[in-house]
Amino acid sequence: MNWLTALGFGEHSWGPALCEGAVMTLFVSGAGLAIGAALGSLVAWAKLSGARVAGAIGEGYAALFRGLPELLVVYFVYFGSSALLTATAHLLGVEGFVGVPAFAAGALAVGVISGSYQAEVFRGAFLAVAKGEIEAARAVGMGRWLMFRRIIAPQVLRYAIPGLGNLWQVALKDSSLISVTGLTELMRASQLASNATHKPFTYYVAGGALYLVLTAFSDRVFDFAEKRATRGMRREAT
Amino acid sequence: MMSFAFLWTTFLRLMAALQVTLSVWALSVFVGAFIGAGVTWMRISGVKPIEWAARAYVFVFRGAPLLVQLFVVYYGLSSFPLVRGSVFWPFLRDAFNCATLSCALCTAAYQSEIFRGALSGVPPGQVEAARACGMSSFLLFRRVILPIALRQALPAYSTEVISMVKATALVSLVTLWDVMSVALKIRNDTLVTYTPLLVAGAIYFVLNYVIARIFLLIEYWLSPHLRARAT
Amino acid sequence: MASGNVLRAALACSLLVLAGAASAKDWKTVVIGMEGGYDPYNLTDPSGKIVGFEPDLANDVCARIKVECKIIAQDWDGMIPGLQAGKFDVIMDGMSITDERKQTIDFTVPYANVPAALASAKASPLAKLAGAGTLVNFEKDKATGDAALKALRDALKGKTIGVQVSTTHATFATNHLKDVATVKEYKTTDERDLDLKSGRIDAVLDDETEVMAMLAKDDAKDFTTFGPLLTGGDFGIGVGMGLRKSDADLTAKFDAAIKAAIADGSVKKYSLKWFKIDTTP
Repeated sequence: MNWLTALGFGEHSWGPALCEGAVMTLFVSGAGLAIGAALGSLVAWAKLSGARVAGAIGEGYAALFRGLPELLVVYFVYFGSSALLTATAHLLGVEGFVGVPAFAAGALAVGVISGSYQAEVFRGAFLAVAKGEIEAARAVGMGRWLMFRRIIAPQVLRYAIPGLGNLWQVALKDSSLISVTGLTELMRASQLASNATHKPFTYYVAGGALYLVLTAFSDRVFDFAEKRATRGMRREAT
Repeated sequence: MMSFAFLWTTFLRLMAALQVTLSVWALSVFVGAFIGAGVTWMRISGVKPIEWAARAYVFVFRGAPLLVQLFVVYYGLSSFPLVRGSVFWPFLRDAFNCATLSCALCTAAYQSEIFRGALSGVPPGQVEAARACGMSSFLLFRRVILPIALRQALPAYSTEVISMVKATALVSLVTLWDVMSVALKIRNDTLVTYTPLLVAGAIYFVLNYVIARIFLLIEYWLSPHLRARAT
Repeated sequence: MASGNVLRAALACSLLVLAGAASAKDWKTVVIGMEGGYDPYNLTDPSGKIVGFEPDLANDVCARIKVECKIIAQDWDGMIPGLQAGKFDVIMDGMSITDERKQTIDFTVPYANVPAALASAKASPLAKLAGAGTLVNFEKDKATGDAALKALRDALKGKTIGVQVSTTHATFATNHLKDVATVKEYKTTDERDLDLKSGRIDAVLDDETEVMAMLAKDDAKDFTTFGPLLTGGDFGIGVGMGLRKSDADLTAKFDAAIKAAIADGSVKKYSLKWFKIDTTP
């Protein structure tokens, strides 16, 4: 079985399985990043606001999920929530195991982890916004929401994009943890193929190549975003 | 199964493996910083072919999973008789060398993007002012760009450093047994899932918390202008 | 007295009924978790279906105990938590029965026991080790076992041997070979075989079927098995199905079914099909 058959789309080939895995990876990572952005900006805001309780909670969340190994987080999110759901179901008379939808649990786990990192990126990006801009906005009499919408958010995003680009790559790789829930994403598909055919090199490289395809696609998106976000910005240093 | 004896032996075994985690991590982050700085320098050099090479490097080493990179460096390279006969073989033969090299190459790609983002965050006005004063390029870099960029890089950099601590869990692929891998080994041998993983989790958590705190301290120390003035 | 007899009979019947009701869950469907990544015990074909020795055997024994079997794929990390959470009732994944593991879950009787074999390069001095073609049973014959072990230890002095992590082979190597040789543990056998070919390790210790499969490939013509086949002692009694401790009744049912399958040769049939040798314990 040469490499063309191994990776192609014929009957005994693993091409479709790998591609399905790639699609799953893309969706889980995307959902995870979105959840992470929501959580991350909340936490960054909590930490920057100066309010002590909110800041402490935000700090605790970020410290917890940055510090714990990702596998543990997926375990707790998936089996923990499934246990809760099963217990609730038992109360209602339903027998057996009730699992949280695997995709939701996986995306939530990736999101929770990503959020703790995104908090730092947003915080750093916010601090990079020149204080003068915020002072000027206040001096002009902008309300908080208007200031956020017109001054803070665009500039924070502008500085955050390289960091977020990094975190998207991290989310793409973290999505391999979703296999704990039973779903097959790209990494697991490669491992199953490698094990069935005893050709680890072929499938590790093929899986890696597919990740690169996903990356190439996302790089384009982030490059475009970065160019648009930094139009008009002078970039003397680079 | 939470017998105290089991908990204690697990803890001891994991602490013994901590040395593997720390050495791979520290060495790869350190070496990766230099490689990353080099790649960033290439990326902003202004010479198109060099810029393209840097972009390709970041693309490959950020895009491919670390697992695949570890596999290729350790198993892939050694499958070529040319490599086995070369002068690099004594180095590449060893699992620790390969793991550290691979992790360093991977983190360098992420670090170079962080450096790049930080450099672009230096206010152009400051650079202009420095040039207007007549500062040489080197002095400009040392006195204006570097301190500002370093400070702005810190949050993202601490993220990457902590990421690498956890990324070292993958080195069991190349026969190195770090904390996470030993915990999983204990899990496989006894089928007790949560105890070894929780102990490992606690160790990683403490480690990462300490690292995060150190970075916060550095950040605080480097940004006196952002602190509230005592009035 | 007739009424006394009737009373006694009624009492006996009611006790039986109560005993029956108190003991077991009524098993109609049994969910079995498999990895689909442990050739040839279970592997995944390109269409996503799990095939192998264990799916065949599972369907066979489930038919014997008259339950419907559902096989679901689960990666190893989620296997035990899944069992304990109730996501499935049985794990069949080439799990060796060890005392350590028995403290956490229950095992059925073994349904396969593959002896261990050693392999190395043909050019290596290890290839000359005596005992090729014989089977050494550490459990049954201590004297031969000790002699074989001593010969092995002498041959492996200063060398590196590769095993798969968390297997009985790893346990054996750690217990008996670690002080004379370097033991390298690998996550999968494929990776370890790569290291054998590149010369990082001098020998491998693994299931005979794994070793034979590796040697059958084109790129393995410079390699060979050496020494005797090993079984018993640290190598355990074989692989079994894993169940929750609270499901002792189901374990007993499967025990009976496995024994029946062994007795009438079904296990041998599946074993020859997938392992190419008879691995009946």
